Amino acid sequence: MTRFDLLRSPFLARLLRSRWPRLILSVAALAGFVLAIAAGLAGTPVGSRNFGIIAVWIAWWAALILVAVPIAGRGWCSICPLPLPGEWFQRGGILAPAARRRGLGLRWPRRLRNLWIQNAGFALLAISSTVILTRPAVTGALLLGLIGAATVVSLVFERRAFCKYLCPIGGFVGLYSQVAPVELRVRDAALCAAHREKTCYVGGPGGEGCPWQVFPAGLTRNSSCGLCFECLRTCPYDNIAVNLRPFGADLPRPAGRRLDEAFKSFLMLGSALAYSAVLLGPWGEIKLAAFRVGTPEWAAFAGGFLAATFLALPGAFALHVAAGRLLAGPRGNFRETLASYSQALVPLGLAAWVAFSLSFVFSNLSYLWPVLSDPFGAGWDLFGTAVGAWTPYLGAAVPTLQAGILIGGLAWAAGLASRIGHRLLGDDKRGSRRALLQASPVVGFAFVVTVVQLWLLIG
Amino acid sequence: MPFSTSRSPSTPANHAAARPAAWAGFLSLALVVLLVPVPTGAASGERTIRIAASSYAYDPGVVSVNPGDRVTIELVAQDVVHGLYLDGYGIQLRADPGQTARLTFTASRPGTFRFRCSETCGPLHPFMIGRLSVGPNLTLLRWAGLGLLASVFGLWILRR
Repeated sequence: MTRFDLLRSPFLARLLRSRWPRLILSVAALAGFVLAIAAGLAGTPVGSRNFGIIAVWIAWWAALILVAVPIAGRGWCSICPLPLPGEWFQRGGILAPAARRRGLGLRWPRRLRNLWIQNAGFALLAISSTVILTRPAVTGALLLGLIGAATVVSLVFERRAFCKYLCPIGGFVGLYSQVAPVELRVRDAALCAAHREKTCYVGGPGGEGCPWQVFPAGLTRNSSCGLCFECLRTCPYDNIAVNLRPFGADLPRPAGRRLDEAFKSFLMLGSALAYSAVLLGPWGEIKLAAFRVGTPEWAAFAGGFLAATFLALPGAFALHVAAGRLLAGPRGNFRETLASYSQALVPLGLAAWVAFSLSFVFSNLSYLWPVLSDPFGAGWDLFGTAVGAWTPYLGAAVPTLQAGILIGGLAWAAGLASRIGHRLLGDDKRGSRRALLQASPVVGFAFVVTVVQLWLLIG
Repeated sequence: MPFSTSRSPSTPANHAAARPAAWAGFLSLALVVLLVPVPTGAASGERTIRIAASSYAYDPGVVSVNPGDRVTIELVAQDVVHGLYLDGYGIQLRADPGQTARLTFTASRPGTFRFRCSETCGPLHPFMIGRLSVGPNLTLLRWAGLGLLASVFGLWILRR
């Protein structure tokens, strides 16, 4: 597959090697989050008039899901303010690391080196999201809690353990970063293998070891790399490339997929469907049940959500994979086949999230202008926009955009399932026939999910 | 040899050559599915729809009318102030608590449209949403049909 190394441009190489751009963007993001926390905790309880709600769940979310993740992958993680205070403490410096690291620097427990805690954290947020999205104080407390948790983890464990194993947003971004047309990889893996000091991993005169605990020569997917470009500074051989590549280049990898990663795909896809039904559907009772956290009706909602995302959706998908294996003749390990085909849910899930977010964001974006002038809802008018009227944007165009994106995601998922099938069963004539037979039920599953999402959004 | 029954081997070169034709076929079929006119024979008339608004929901939450109907919406705010903004038509009305607001329009655009609360009515206000269908929802059927087409296309053509 074709790649273009952005570091061939001397300007971009200088820009990415410098620590200043990342620091400036991180500090700006931190300032925004601090204002969101302050507004959330001390501002008006009316969500649509509070900077904490509108800036985070409309403006930031739109920028993240509609632009940053599909285009820059984990680009957000490189400037995310949540781990910033902890990272500054750990490194003993704001711009560049000091000679000695601070904190206990413990290794993350081996048993927890997977995505299950991240999955559970995202599910916990998802079942409480109706309150988080609408109560400024809850959003403020959540952001503060996440910054606090990231800081505490940085004091105890080495490097960015919080981002890698705990952050629920990082899990979401990591999964869908695989579609992005940008990647950090090494130019010559043999050079890395021969390099005894491994300064990219352990650190060296140019900078610290990979905060994400990744050996760049072993990188095969974007989900592991936080795009901090530290390895660019520590590699003595100028062996790091930042490539432009085709969209979704990470996805058709059949082997070695883990169930925690597969369940992340189910959880994200299920959440997009559930949010579309609960938040954008005409069913007031479900909205109220989701909102009344702690009540029996909320428990029923939460139980339904968890059962749907952790049991029903994976169960239905597993049945389709099993049907494919029956059609094509079983070969290989079922668990591995299931995990491999779950990659097809990545473009499908991203399309579902983008389609859901379009109506959610564009119908509420006009609330942003008043809260910029009056972030606390205290009667200020800093920029003369405090009295703007609510206006839904692109009302007539959004359904067509949503449908087009969902169908694009379905076509991509179908093509990907077929490619995965071919990689699992071979590309010769017989293998190709069996691959199509094996992939067909998975594509059928993707079609049904897409029609359900179409019905929820434009039906 | 007078003739051969063997097919040409499935090589990457053959697939590359077949791709533009496949894309052209897919796009042509997609246009047919999305744009082919379908007659809808329902007669238009006068319709009055009473919609009660309370606790972040409209009742009824799903409303159907025929294309060309002269529709009067009576919005009754049962608890606090509520509004109704109809996507696609850009019309809006507001009802004070306990009051009824009326608005009449002609359902000239077929399709399914969301209506949403336009007056801040509480925490779940941004999610107070209903649906108005003008005629049968052909849009959904057309996109579902396109989805079927996209599935087959993806399975057969986008695998390389």
